[in-house]
Amino acid sequence: MREKEYRLASAARGGLLFMRGVPGVAFADRVVVRDYRGRLRNGQVIRTSEELVLIQVLEGVDDLDLERTWVRFLDEPVELPVSPGLMGRIFNGTGLPRDHRPRLISSLRRNVNGSPVNPAARAYPREFIQTGISTIDGLNSLVRGQKLPIFSGSGLPHNRLAAQIVRQARLLSEDARFAVVFAAMGVSYADARFFEEDFEASGVLGNVVMFMNLADDPPIERLILPRTALTAAEYLAYDLDLHVLVVMTDMTHYAEALREVATAKGDVPSRKGYPGYLYSDLAELYERAGRIKNRHGSITFVPILSMPSDDITHPIPDLTGYITEGQIVLSRELHNQGVYPPVNISPSLSRLMKDGVGKDFTREDHPRVASQLYASYARAQEIRNLASIIGASDLSETDRRYLTFAERFETHFVSQGENEDRSIVETLNIAWDLLSLLPPELLSRVREADIAKYHRGDEAQVSQEAHALS
Amino acid sequence: MGEIIEINGPLVRVRLPGVLNGEQVKIGTLELVGEVISRDADLAMVQVYESTEGVRPGESVVALGHPLSVELGPGLLGQIYDGVQRPLTRIQAISGDHIARGLDVPALDRARSWAFTPLPDLAPGSAVSGGMILGRVPETRTITHRILVPPEVSGTLLEIVPAGEYTLDQVIARVATKNGEEYPLFLYHRWSVRRPRPYAKRDHAVAPLITGQRILDTFFPLLKGGKGAVPGPFGAGKTVVQQQIARWSNADIVIYVGCGERGNELVDILETFPELQDPRTGRSLMERTLLVANTSNMPVVAREASIYVGVTLAEYYRDQGYDVVMVADSTSRWAEALREVAGRLGQMPVEEGYPAYLASRLAAFYERAGLVVTLGGARGSVTLIGAVSPPGGDFSEPVTSHTKEIVGTFWALSKELADARHYPSVAWTESFSSYVATAANWWKEHVSDQWAGARSKALGLLLQADELGRIVNLVGPEALSPAQRWVLEGASLLKEGVLQQSALDEVDSYASPEKQFILLDLVLQIYREGQELITLGVPIQQLMRLTILGRARRIKGMYASNQLDGLRNFSQDIQADCQRLRIEYSEPEKQSA
Repeated sequence: MREKEYRLASAARGGLLFMRGVPGVAFADRVVVRDYRGRLRNGQVIRTSEELVLIQVLEGVDDLDLERTWVRFLDEPVELPVSPGLMGRIFNGTGLPRDHRPRLISSLRRNVNGSPVNPAARAYPREFIQTGISTIDGLNSLVRGQKLPIFSGSGLPHNRLAAQIVRQARLLSEDARFAVVFAAMGVSYADARFFEEDFEASGVLGNVVMFMNLADDPPIERLILPRTALTAAEYLAYDLDLHVLVVMTDMTHYAEALREVATAKGDVPSRKGYPGYLYSDLAELYERAGRIKNRHGSITFVPILSMPSDDITHPIPDLTGYITEGQIVLSRELHNQGVYPPVNISPSLSRLMKDGVGKDFTREDHPRVASQLYASYARAQEIRNLASIIGASDLSETDRRYLTFAERFETHFVSQGENEDRSIVETLNIAWDLLSLLPPELLSRVREADIAKYHRGDEAQVSQEAHALS
Repeated sequence: MGEIIEINGPLVRVRLPGVLNGEQVKIGTLELVGEVISRDADLAMVQVYESTEGVRPGESVVALGHPLSVELGPGLLGQIYDGVQRPLTRIQAISGDHIARGLDVPALDRARSWAFTPLPDLAPGSAVSGGMILGRVPETRTITHRILVPPEVSGTLLEIVPAGEYTLDQVIARVATKNGEEYPLFLYHRWSVRRPRPYAKRDHAVAPLITGQRILDTFFPLLKGGKGAVPGPFGAGKTVVQQQIARWSNADIVIYVGCGERGNELVDILETFPELQDPRTGRSLMERTLLVANTSNMPVVAREASIYVGVTLAEYYRDQGYDVVMVADSTSRWAEALREVAGRLGQMPVEEGYPAYLASRLAAFYERAGLVVTLGGARGSVTLIGAVSPPGGDFSEPVTSHTKEIVGTFWALSKELADARHYPSVAWTESFSSYVATAANWWKEHVSDQWAGARSKALGLLLQADELGRIVNLVGPEALSPAQRWVLEGASLLKEGVLQQSALDEVDSYASPEKQFILLDLVLQIYREGQELITLGVPIQQLMRLTILGRARRIKGMYASNQLDGLRNFSQDIQADCQRLRIEYSEPEKQSA
């Protein structure tokens, strides 16, 4: 039926085109829609019966009529041609060039929906990735094959943080740099330009494949874009044996596009109008990250999402947190205090850290130091709250030490330069500088041997306090 | 033979007169398997366990004549199955890294042969009935598989094979039923997953499930045959709690159902369990473990089926006389799968989009837990533990609130505790166990008659400290009396020395009931002695400087469950330190003189 064009559209709304009386159309197949001026649009079948076929038009249904719209069913799934020529290119959501260069031609084509990885074929992610950022490396380590999102809010420097991760990420065991797949959905031109320029300036552009859908591009295309991008990532990782870092921004725009189409289809809404299948749909994307046994390549996935009104319980960050292996949460409060990167460590977490740090990976004391920093900072926060009520002068000496600890933790450990690439050893040494502000008996998460080896002792405390005061 | 009418995601409407509700069907040229969920005139609605991409209206549909059922026989343990019991390791051998569609691979390996030994007293002419043991097969080195007569077969044995090696396709016995039919028996049989397997009678659960986790066993016990739930927002450590249960609990068989969760979590189990030792047998943990995996990116309809597949497998081992623990991570994903299908069917949503039958389905699922006398006369149990993932950590949402009404033990995980890296983050205020009185009998008999008293004393101390903590947050610790400040210190010792338990620390990961009790007793001893010293006038600052406080916080990680003497010696150190202070302060006149 590829040769035939049908002019049987019966309705067009909300990005959907309804066709009556086209028999035998396969579910999820690709279609091409030709409008009255001869322009072509891409679409996908999302519901099919002998009577009615529902087509999701990726470029939207604006400026379409029913009488002069022709639809061709291509009898094939939505696919992306893949070849090493992907590198250094910029595409739109359907895999067409956006960089004024020719289309990518390849005999190798991949279904963008992929198919689920067999859990028995997965390999557990273990290799520590050094990002050079203390809050990530020290406390929420990223490992190869992990999916670790950045939960941010409007106006927070998530883009700068993501760009820094791209620039600095490396494996301690190998020299190889990461290949980068960058996917932008509904972002502003300025944000897209920021990444492009940053990649160019740091010389990684030749290693990057970009998929772009800007804020003024059709929203429906955002539904296919992350799938196209992940298909490219899978090709780079498992066919070309590369370590791939996928940065995707902004997942919130993706979920909003999904809601738009779901509403038009008449799906029953669950929370905040998002469809009940938002979890499964996001999981189809996030779970494409990982490592596979006996394959050299891997996909490490750093999606960025802005939490509407900074609300972490909003369905998008909430469902994401249930699927991904942790989250890096940015804090408006720290940002307003001028701390970069403003990582709010209390709600941040890396679930895969436990198996990727310590003796054979980073340094022996790393897991315990991380746990101690968390516990001490949590205690210091309690004391801060108390001090804000009763005043710092009424605190005990130990409690005042905690306050100094919290302050220096934020200014010396969390805060760092945008181009500052700290090694993991540097990060851990800073951590011990801070922990040495506290007396050893309050450090119950580290071992006595750690204290003997790394704690600077009471004298160090005195000199540091003097230093802090000066 | 019927035809496909409409495809809407995982739901396919077919014209197939005569098909039963619940019957399995094969869809289209790809032969995808699905299940009929409703009938309307000569049409049937089918939910398909695999992606329906590329399926067309007009393609054929075949009814398979049986409902969704599982194969029950030797070879289950150590396997990883998908949500409809397809063996994922063998699928990997066939279709590579990704799961291909339309594969028809039997759950149990037909090529493998097993050493079967029939029961000595069985001979042609013996009467047999459903659930009776026919013979034994060593399935793993720790687990002997008892070959059962299928529950609904009974009659006279016509023939039983002698001991020897048999494959699953070979007939091992023949039975003549009452109405004269001849029924061949194999090493395995099939059972429909949506029907609970029958048993002779239910019994009261009496023994606690020991998980080696102090906050669970000591504070909120669960019984073998009980039902428990672990609700918690993301990042609160649900998965670690469940994996610790799967790792250390004193059950014979552990079934771990990864229902709509992360692929890497199952890989973690697959890679670490073979290396870990069962604390009771010293053998690899994988020999008693079975995984059912429908990860979040696998088709949603099979997710709905996966917990029924899991619990049916659990019941099968229960019927062999074993204590089985099934961990379902997460029942929220299962409920969401229900919601997704209900939504696509256009059913009227009630709470947050969930269908009206959510509560009854949940209750029916948990009701399959229990300690029973099996049809064969043995005792076996199924303990069900379901994780719940409440959106936004809100425990008032439908799945959590319905689950709370059903279960006997509720281990509520708290985001605040997890943020302070207090793990396991089980909150003592919101958690409950209705099995405490029963568990107390067991602890009294096996560990100490002080258990119940120590437990309630400790809980009281924690609650009292929470109350005082609120005052401290308003006016600072200086406003408290020395005795009150000692309460805060006592609670802090309890939290750090007893409740917090590191899953990653080799020594601390598992604590035997004895170790749990001694640790609790030590902390309470320090608290009691301190209380007494305060009444003698010892300044609180001096008490806080005692080195035994630091040691009490660390000692859990210093002595393993088989080195309890180290812990007992500590009790004398506590006494000695406190005695020194007592002497110093009980005769103040002498010293000043």
